[in-house]
Amino acid sequence: MQLLIVISNLMLPLVFVIIIAHGLSKGINVYDAFIEGAVEGMKCAVDIMPTLIGLMMAVGILRSSGALDILSDIISPITERLHYPSELVPLTFMRLVSSSASTGLLLDLFRQYGPDSYIGRLVSVMMSCTETVFYTMSIYFMSVKITKTRYTLAGALIANFAGVLASVLICKLIWG
Amino acid sequence: MLNYLWAGMIFIGILTAAFTGNMELVTNGALDSAKEAVNTVIVMVGVLSMWTGLMKIGEKSRLIEALSERLMPFLGFLFPDVPKKHKAMKHIAANVIANMLGLGWAATPAGLMAMKELQTLNPHKEKASRAMCMFMVFNMSSLQLVSVNIIAYRSQYGSANPSEVIGPGLFATLVSTAAGIAVIKLIEMRDRKCSF
Repeated sequence: MQLLIVISNLMLPLVFVIIIAHGLSKGINVYDAFIEGAVEGMKCAVDIMPTLIGLMMAVGILRSSGALDILSDIISPITERLHYPSELVPLTFMRLVSSSASTGLLLDLFRQYGPDSYIGRLVSVMMSCTETVFYTMSIYFMSVKITKTRYTLAGALIANFAGVLASVLICKLIWG
Repeated sequence: MLNYLWAGMIFIGILTAAFTGNMELVTNGALDSAKEAVNTVIVMVGVLSMWTGLMKIGEKSRLIEALSERLMPFLGFLFPDVPKKHKAMKHIAANVIANMLGLGWAATPAGLMAMKELQTLNPHKEKASRAMCMFMVFNMSSLQLVSVNIIAYRSQYGSANPSEVIGPGLFATLVSTAAGIAVIKLIEMRDRKCSF
């Protein structure tokens, strides 16, 4: 399992080296290209700011009211049997619906437990292997006016569920 | 959808607070969260710009294009109904690569183009074709290799090693994608006879 940690630490530096070396070998002005791309990233981050403010505010209200704790308490008997922290349940469902709303919940968990806690690590892994199924499906199918989606939803939910299970398993093995 | 979700979260929160007597906490919660959102975006600007800057180099040196070429044999296995030279394949490849690299804004346009092209091959226009089901499930099984956003958020909240989740995340992503492909292939095998 230590191998995965090694991969984690090597991944970004490796991506840096490969991309920059490949760019240089093709005669690209890598610095100028980087700056050009960075401008796009900046716009992208600033664009999500209003959304993030709106959603984090809503999540802040929801959490400080105690509503999420009540929900977690109700579901905890089931989730505990699956070794799944009940604190993650609201996020697990929200993740399927809205990427920005689940980000709000994610940051809330980071603030409450810290990113290096077991919950913080599990939620990081889980967020990176799941998708906003309902949102993506409606956009993609609506764009071509398809109404009968057959087994798409079932398949996507199974894939996401498998991802959640794998996250729990790997986090238990490494940090559990 | 987000419209009702957002309003619902606020109403449920305030309603619950009325019963639990947490109204004061709710006021603070709303204000603190709004401030925190801005701080988070400031960290995001740095990490996200770094990533898009790097990807721009990959785009200009045609590295990203070369990667989608490499993907073709695998896509042939996933989409036996789609001719290899068909435009749909090109868009699917672009979508998959963009998703793998975490370029959401590049992935969506390519994905929508892929759906449009797949629709031209679809005999029943209101019903999802086999290739569409596979594309959607594959796409939604999460393909992203490195979750740059998560790393940015982790560092914002003071993680000692923000990138330590990349490896485990990669493992979990592989599992979810493999599960998605397996499920669809199994369903396809089961109703091969009655499908088109």
